[in-house]
Amino acid sequence: MTARTTHRVRRLLPIPGEVLVKEGDVVAAQDIVAETFMPGDITPVNVANILSLPPGDVAECMLKNAGDTLSVGDPIARTKGIFGLLKTTCTAKVAGTLESVSSVTGQIMIRGEPEPVRVQAYLSGTVTKVLPGEGVEIETDLSFIQGIFGIGGETYGRIVMACESHDQEFDADLIKPVMEDCVIVGGARMTGKAIARALDIGAAAIVTGGLDDEDLRDFLGYDLGVAITGSEKVGITLIITEGFGEIAMAERTFELLGSRAGADASVNGATQIRAGVMRPEILIPLTAESRAKTPAKGRQDGQLTRGRPVRIIRDPFFGLIGTVGELPPEPQVLGSGSRARVLEVKLDSGDSVVIPRANVELIEG
Amino acid sequence: MTTINPDAIKVILATDCGSTTTKAILIELIDGHYRQTHRGEAPTSVEEPFADVTIGVINAVTEVAELAGRRLVDKNGRIIQPAKGDTGCDIYISTSSAGGGLQMLVAGVVRQMTGESAKRAALGAGAIVMDIIASNDQRRPHDQIQRIRELRPDMILISGGTDGGTTTHVVQIAELIAPAKPQPRFGSDYCMPIIFAGNNKAAPLIEAVFDESVDLAIVDNLRPVLERENLGPARDKIHDVFLEHVMAHAPGYDKLMSWVDAPIMPTPAAVGNILQTIAQQQSINAVGVDIGGATTDIFSVFGGTFNRTVSANLGMSYSISNVCTEATLPSILRWVHFDMDERELRNRVKNKMIRPTTIPQTIEALIFEQAVAREALRLAYQQHKEFATTLKGVQQQRTVGDTFSQESSGQSIVDNMTLDLLVGSGGVLSHAPRMNQTALMLVDAFQPEGITRLAKDSIFMMPHLGVLAQVHPKAAMEVFERDCLIYLGTCVAAAGSIRPDRLCFAYSITGDTLNESGEMNWGDLRLLALGVDETAEITIEPARGCDVGAGPGKRVQKTIHGGTVGIILDARGRPLVLPESPRESVARWVETLDLYPQMAEVV
Repeated sequence: MTARTTHRVRRLLPIPGEVLVKEGDVVAAQDIVAETFMPGDITPVNVANILSLPPGDVAECMLKNAGDTLSVGDPIARTKGIFGLLKTTCTAKVAGTLESVSSVTGQIMIRGEPEPVRVQAYLSGTVTKVLPGEGVEIETDLSFIQGIFGIGGETYGRIVMACESHDQEFDADLIKPVMEDCVIVGGARMTGKAIARALDIGAAAIVTGGLDDEDLRDFLGYDLGVAITGSEKVGITLIITEGFGEIAMAERTFELLGSRAGADASVNGATQIRAGVMRPEILIPLTAESRAKTPAKGRQDGQLTRGRPVRIIRDPFFGLIGTVGELPPEPQVLGSGSRARVLEVKLDSGDSVVIPRANVELIEG
Repeated sequence: MTTINPDAIKVILATDCGSTTTKAILIELIDGHYRQTHRGEAPTSVEEPFADVTIGVINAVTEVAELAGRRLVDKNGRIIQPAKGDTGCDIYISTSSAGGGLQMLVAGVVRQMTGESAKRAALGAGAIVMDIIASNDQRRPHDQIQRIRELRPDMILISGGTDGGTTTHVVQIAELIAPAKPQPRFGSDYCMPIIFAGNNKAAPLIEAVFDESVDLAIVDNLRPVLERENLGPARDKIHDVFLEHVMAHAPGYDKLMSWVDAPIMPTPAAVGNILQTIAQQQSINAVGVDIGGATTDIFSVFGGTFNRTVSANLGMSYSISNVCTEATLPSILRWVHFDMDERELRNRVKNKMIRPTTIPQTIEALIFEQAVAREALRLAYQQHKEFATTLKGVQQQRTVGDTFSQESSGQSIVDNMTLDLLVGSGGVLSHAPRMNQTALMLVDAFQPEGITRLAKDSIFMMPHLGVLAQVHPKAAMEVFERDCLIYLGTCVAAAGSIRPDRLCFAYSITGDTLNESGEMNWGDLRLLALGVDETAEITIEPARGCDVGAGPGKRVQKTIHGGTVGIILDARGRPLVLPESPRESVARWVETLDLYPQMAEVV
């Protein structure tokens, strides 16, 4: 999480195509920056079977040649019949182009119309690099908030705060019709009812601290087995910043989002926790006015050092926030019996707990 | 690559570039024997911002060098060869599963026949099989094409038909793949390699189907006749293509390939290699398992036949939620002997999934993770047994004597009663705080029958040794025996249905340090101490309906080996069926094996 940083996104086509913008162009998040056409779907038709012919005879019964355009119902091949009578015809069930005719299998391939693929800018900013035929890089100064898990893909909306504090549960009664197309920010756990209500009014996204596994299962209609998300077609993007369960959003994150209320954001719930980790994100470009108010902060390194704020990310102290205390170098025996390197976390409550180093994460910002 | 003279090798450096961690080990010739002496690890550096696998390799090797007091990396960041005094190594070898390993699409005409043979070839070569396309896979042709288009494999293996047989079906499969133009993972300049290992008569027709946008290689049919598989040529070609195409496109691998003294192998292929070598040299049946965060690999050698399966979404962190879905939470919780809140557990599981590097801090969290591991291993082994079968589709000659036999083709060749050695590896097994926990996880999940030796791979060294076996088999075997495996002991288990409070078997054990006899009732579990490198003679007299290897009710005499855990006598029956309310039984087993001695203090 950072209030101001220069962020760059790379927007690429899945296959080579045309880039529609040039270096230096200022683009809005929903502008199309590159376009291509995917080869259409292929439909195989076994003409030999349909016409009861040996595969080798198909070629001479073809009424169309490779490269010809076909409409639904067009005759493709016809048998010679008996004395010119009782001819059987094979017609096209799909439109497209005849791509190939096989004399080995008697199969033909019909290629459907090319499908356009358009890539949006996603981020409002300046085109800093054009990758010819592939896509672009767009850069802008923004507030950056990374979630821990999300559902649903890229979306856009105005930031609107629904909760008054970072630890207030986000329930349905906090959602108003005026929040349509907005990125609604809650505090603690989003309830199942809140998700349903947000979907109902047409919100773009919800961002909260936590989510119950049971509510996620009810919403998706299935139990999520692996954390590879983003392609769900669920009508809304959900992002949690802390984890599953009754957990409040980190106060700093809530405050930052609150300070940017009313600004337009680009949001992506896509999460991929495997090689090449991808976490959900909320990108809020800075206007000239907000840029002046928000000084840029250098990113701190990822070292655990005394005094740095950390979040505990595993039970029995899951979700608690504190600062790094002692860092004993030697591994210690945990309650589980395992030996691991640990650290002391001084909690905001004033208590101290000893935690495996693997079970904390640094809080940036 | 240089020619290796095995007698001149004194220092061996090996690395395994995993998805997240690169592990390096040093093997040295000490007093005439090869021993693994030091190990180091560093994060794998295939991803941005490094995008060069050799950075992680050098970091891991540097750690080894510091620990060993031996300079292994020169000032240009290259591994020093050959060894002179306390500098350098004689050979350097490596395996790799970084960047998701080798991902393949396979195709066959009949899914259960050539489709499965192709899958076996791909898995044996260390690949992850993304899908099997077959004429009878119940999908419509355009759905198959759509699927091919969606996948981004590293290469495709096409099989189908026996040599000289009909060509139509296998060409039909090729005709589906050609227009789909599958996109490779490594960008548009990568030419998709396709290996054809089907009917030799169809080869020229297959060549005609594909254009220059793919790199087609034709090898011997992997199923030349229905009764026999010939997986070697396809497997070798997969390795070649892996090196020439896949590795060459992965960041930094061109450099790594120029450093190694033997071809880089996919990690699972190397593990399979060492397990086969051991099984062959000792004439035993063996099963090896590697349970990771995302996947569980199982390797088996029964009667000399090697099989490998990858259960893609059964793992302990990234895939832990999927284990809970597939096994169901009640099945997992049957292994836990105290109350746990189900809603909270579900949230904990999801939190582990999204923060996969966290470790259990409390004893309850550890017990729950070990319960999940039992179910993940059980499911993975079940999948393995279903896959490791005799060839399907083979006609069998039957005689009058076979009238009542239910045997048909496609029977599993995995027979727990003939299993001699079970080796576990992967975090949850290798890093369990107590060896007893590892042993009982293996026994509960795999349910070995008869007499089975249990071991764990101490630091997941099998991949390194798998490659080493190719260039220096003696060194590989010595390190495997002395440093790789930690023998946990032996499990003596009775097969048969449980008959409460009735005798299962009587036993008598004689040895230097263990002399004991007694009776085991059905449902009992007992642990006897017999140390590492110790052996004893056991005589088992099973009751009627109980089998410990020689048939129901038949006596067995055998030498058993001790280990860090000892001898586990298991009369809980096979298959192991837990009572409807298993808590009391599980608590008894936990106590018998002294699994969690700190439980009383903590809970």
